[in-house]
Amino acid sequence: MTEILWHGRGGQGAFTAARILGAAYSFKGENFFALAFPSFGPERRGAPIRAFTKLSDKPIHSRSEIKASDYTVFLDDTLFSQDALSGLKENGKVILNTTKNYDHPHIITIDATSIASEILGLPIANTVMLGTLAALYNSISVSDIEFAIERTMPQKLWNGNKAVVAAAYRALAKETA
Amino acid sequence: MSREFLSGNEAFAYGIRLVSPQVISAYPITPQTIVVERLSEMVEDGSLKSEFIHVESEHSALSCAMGANATGARTFTATSSQGLLYMAECLAYASGGRFPIVMMNANRSTALPWNIYGDQRDSLSLLDCGWIQAYAKDAQESLDLAILSYYIAEHPKVSTPFMVNLDGFHLTHTYEIVEVPESGLVKAFLPDYNTDNKIDFENPKNLAFSAGPEHNFVFKYKEHLGVLNAAEIISEAEQKFAPLFGRQYSGLAEAYRCDDADYILITLGTIFGLCSDVADRLRDEGVKAGVLRLRYIRPFPNKEIADIAQKAKSVAVLEKDISFGNEGTVYTNVNSALQKAGINISSLNFIGGLGGRDISEEDIREIFSKLRENNKGKTAVHFIGIEENG
Repeated sequence: MTEILWHGRGGQGAFTAARILGAAYSFKGENFFALAFPSFGPERRGAPIRAFTKLSDKPIHSRSEIKASDYTVFLDDTLFSQDALSGLKENGKVILNTTKNYDHPHIITIDATSIASEILGLPIANTVMLGTLAALYNSISVSDIEFAIERTMPQKLWNGNKAVVAAAYRALAKETA
Repeated sequence: MSREFLSGNEAFAYGIRLVSPQVISAYPITPQTIVVERLSEMVEDGSLKSEFIHVESEHSALSCAMGANATGARTFTATSSQGLLYMAECLAYASGGRFPIVMMNANRSTALPWNIYGDQRDSLSLLDCGWIQAYAKDAQESLDLAILSYYIAEHPKVSTPFMVNLDGFHLTHTYEIVEVPESGLVKAFLPDYNTDNKIDFENPKNLAFSAGPEHNFVFKYKEHLGVLNAAEIISEAEQKFAPLFGRQYSGLAEAYRCDDADYILITLGTIFGLCSDVADRLRDEGVKAGVLRLRYIRPFPNKEIADIAQKAKSVAVLEKDISFGNEGTVYTNVNSALQKAGINISSLNFIGGLGGRDISEEDIREIFSKLRENNKGKTAVHFIGIEENG
């Protein structure tokens, strides 16, 4: 099972990204299963929230929160601390939206806010981070995410979100090449 | 058929759209809100031809559904927690009046302390009000119960309202892949609602009347038979459902690796998923563990429990409920099933998840390890993570 933990602030769309990722994986075919859920409870704009995506080639029965992740994604670097590294599985990665540099083998950085601002005209980084996962995680491609965007988002949002996914993918593919 | 990535609330709304009730009356409450929102959007965009009545309270939601049902209309409502408690007066009216309304309840803690998270105290505290009660394990079963419930509730041998329970957040807000059937299949499966129990200007009759002590008793007896008859009709509905929709359900209970099990954990709702994972791991370690999920609490699966438990060494009941001053209500019912069948094995009660507190894999393992201790004939109530109360 591949487990992705999302950190964001209420309004940044962390759960939307968690859900699109689950949809992208599930729509690949019959033997692709996903659960996506938010940290339960009242949501307040700006307050820290978490979201969870579990992906597996078998049906997933446990609805418990993720305790150790393959990827921990931060939409907002003010929520990041080094503690996040101890919540990773072996070979797990933190994917961090930031303008800062972190020289650490388990931290991948991207300036997702700038990509979103340039392409969408809005500093909403959630779907940008889906592009980073397409670059890092073999079982999800850019076209899987594009398909899920079309299936789960209103049509007026398709082009912009597909464009930020592609831009993030290019940015990381270049970096990790 | 289409495959969609849906939450439990959304899956239920998709199921209700396929059934297309003539009247939906509801009042929003967390964590049920999304089912009501989606249904109102479907009515707005024309994909669901229902009269949607946004009422001012839960008491009105069920009163309105009863009024509509009394004209012979198929009706739906949904609620949760305090909303369910607020409509409690009307629950007895609906069942006593034999109005086969379907209601989705998002299982949520009851106040005080105020809390919006999932437990099962809301519906289990209203077990005796004459409604059928089902508990779903995932979004697919939620959608399917939205369809099956009408077949069962409206059957002339049953004519009883039906409460479908979805664990708050763990099911209502969790997204997963769901097969959404074609509407033609639902039309082939579900007959139109036809009843004599309705207002009819050509043949006027008395509905929702008074009955004195002599007759009242007989009405209550017949109400009891209606809920009991549901067991047979649940089976009939599932047999008819399976070849059309490709999914076979297992009646009042679902047994997982129980056939040769020594230790059986009995539970309800979504926690079954984690329990079955733990049973798999224990089997790998050589422990004969099994899990029995009670899909229905009314009618109660007395026979299913007895059949499974008679070969076991001990059973535990895990529930998100407490009847204060005694024990978990499901446990009381399970012990009654064991006693009626003359099965004298130890049965333990584990209360967990109240107010949404996490139940971990280690908690489930601990339940099985308590079952394996030598405690023949013993009963005990444990609050997971708080106290050991023998």
